[in-house]
Amino acid sequence: MPLLDVDNLTIQIPTEAGLLNAVNGVSFTLERGETLAIVGESGSGKSLTSLALMDLLPSRAVRKARSMRFDGIDLMAVGQRKMEDLRGDRMAMIFQEPMTSLNPAYTVGDQLIEALRRHRPVSRAVARERAVHLLERVGITAAASRLGQYPHQLSGGLRQRVMIAMGLMCEPDLIIADEPTTALDVTIQAQILMLLRDIQREFGMGLILVTHDLGVVARVATKVAVMYAGRLVETGPVEAVFGAPSHPYTQGLLRAIPVPGRTRPGEPLGTIPGQVPNLIGPLAGCAFRNRCEHATDACAAAIPERDLGPGHRMACVLDPVATAA
Amino acid sequence: MTVPVLELENVTKIYPVSQGMFKPRAMLTAVGGVSLSVARGEVHALVGESGSGKSTLAKMLLGLTKPTAGEIRIDGVPIAKTDRREVARRIQPVFQDPYSSLNPRKSVADLIALPLVAHRIGTSESRQKMVAAMLDAVGLPRRMIDAYPGQMSGGQRQRVAIARALVMKPDVLICDEPTSALDVSVQAQILNLLMDLKREFKLTYFFISHNLAVVEHLADRVAVMYLGRIVEERGREALFTHASHPYSRALLDCVLTPDPTLGMPDTVIAGSFPNPIAPPPGCAFHPRCPRATDRCHSVAPGPVPVADGVAACHYAN
Repeated sequence: MPLLDVDNLTIQIPTEAGLLNAVNGVSFTLERGETLAIVGESGSGKSLTSLALMDLLPSRAVRKARSMRFDGIDLMAVGQRKMEDLRGDRMAMIFQEPMTSLNPAYTVGDQLIEALRRHRPVSRAVARERAVHLLERVGITAAASRLGQYPHQLSGGLRQRVMIAMGLMCEPDLIIADEPTTALDVTIQAQILMLLRDIQREFGMGLILVTHDLGVVARVATKVAVMYAGRLVETGPVEAVFGAPSHPYTQGLLRAIPVPGRTRPGEPLGTIPGQVPNLIGPLAGCAFRNRCEHATDACAAAIPERDLGPGHRMACVLDPVATAA
Repeated sequence: MTVPVLELENVTKIYPVSQGMFKPRAMLTAVGGVSLSVARGEVHALVGESGSGKSTLAKMLLGLTKPTAGEIRIDGVPIAKTDRREVARRIQPVFQDPYSSLNPRKSVADLIALPLVAHRIGTSESRQKMVAAMLDAVGLPRRMIDAYPGQMSGGQRQRVAIARALVMKPDVLICDEPTSALDVSVQAQILNLLMDLKREFKLTYFFISHNLAVVEHLADRVAVMYLGRIVEERGREALFTHASHPYSRALLDCVLTPDPTLGMPDTVIAGSFPNPIAPPPGCAFHPRCPRATDRCHSVAPGPVPVADGVAACHYAN
């Protein structure tokens, strides 16, 4: 049984202009010890997908799914109370901007200790010991002395580490990290990513990494899900998706970034012309077809998912060989 | 020899910092003795992490703050002796975030024409024409002339910001992380546009970025900054193939190219930035440097010549 099994997740948000189809039929699974990267640009629905797993969507958003199971528990059916028990205990989330998720009025120690004591009947002393242990584990020096500090007294990199330590307090089975390193410097980014990888291996957790950074995806993830306009366009093992990117959008993304050794300095980078379609109201066929150089009449009809290899699938009518050229 | 379009000589900026009511003020050296020379038509990149002094340096180049010591020259003339308007005409900024750098209450036409109005250039009619020409140059449709920033995407806003910078026909653009707030596919469009405009208008770019893949793609020369000082300044190829300073190498090791066969680097540089109010003695990088010796703890290294540039390290060669 996979740790996480999401089948046909849909998120709709009512707006003044009409119903926004933010996420449209997203399905994936995650095993323990795997790292799934959900990649996409602004508005692709990648962050909403991760929030939906935690039941943290804005209240007006409507979440539907054929099924959404976490370790066998039906997340669509559990009540609010049970969800609150799971959140922070067996499922934890790390956000991009730690300043918005840490409470500025409480010390680091209070917040870490509370994170454990909320879910486990342990004494403050035991919780404090675990907090110190985890702060050391995430590479914070003089950990015990940090417990009395407030979030504003820490640098961005330290705050992000505190967030990770907080997520680990209850030894969760699943961690969802939404752009955990985007706001950080490259050396700190590398430190945090290595830390997440090491901790994940050590504890055998499932990790979902939501990001727009293809370099991070390639180096950290085991599986990739590329999202465009609320749909999954290509999914698969990271070697397969980067080795043989098949959906025209995936190919476009990879051509748009400068890669030392592959792109020649100063030469034009690949671009994806046009803009993301309006997701208000129904959208039939392939959402990428107005920007796709290979688009044909067939793209206006429903697009079936096709198998390209073990675990590698894409939602495109084209022959993958034809798009690779 | 031709005179560099932009020259910095020993530029230093020191801020007094309050440490508390009864404590004496401390001195924070944001930029310490930076010397650089930027040739006309060049893309000169400046890389470094938050707190390295990149933005303070940019502010001084734009004339927004005065150096505590040292001199900045445009075409050989010190900017301290140049009229502020003249400096503003010749050096224009493009900032990181097109969401906060454009006044949301002004139309595209007003935003782009603002520098012309401020400098009293042209009539309202000729300004209209210049704005239209700028829209063409940055690839925005002319029908957008009456649009407001709120109606535009991030990429379109950044095009407006570039048009506003170019309307004064400047010599130098200071680009401060111009694409880091943009999506991958939009970033590619803006980088391509910047390269096209450079050729078309014979521009010089001072390009501040933490994205080394982008820097390698478009820079001719690169300066690496750490704690207010330039630790290495090289031609692009020399830096990216044979970086001499351990800090430059550490930065390059952290570049994550999209190659799944590589995985994460085995070791990355530990620690974080030292406190700039009490910088380490000797070489400021020595507490994080894998190769530091006793000499590095006590003697600050000066720039030594290396292939196609300089590096401030005792063991650069």
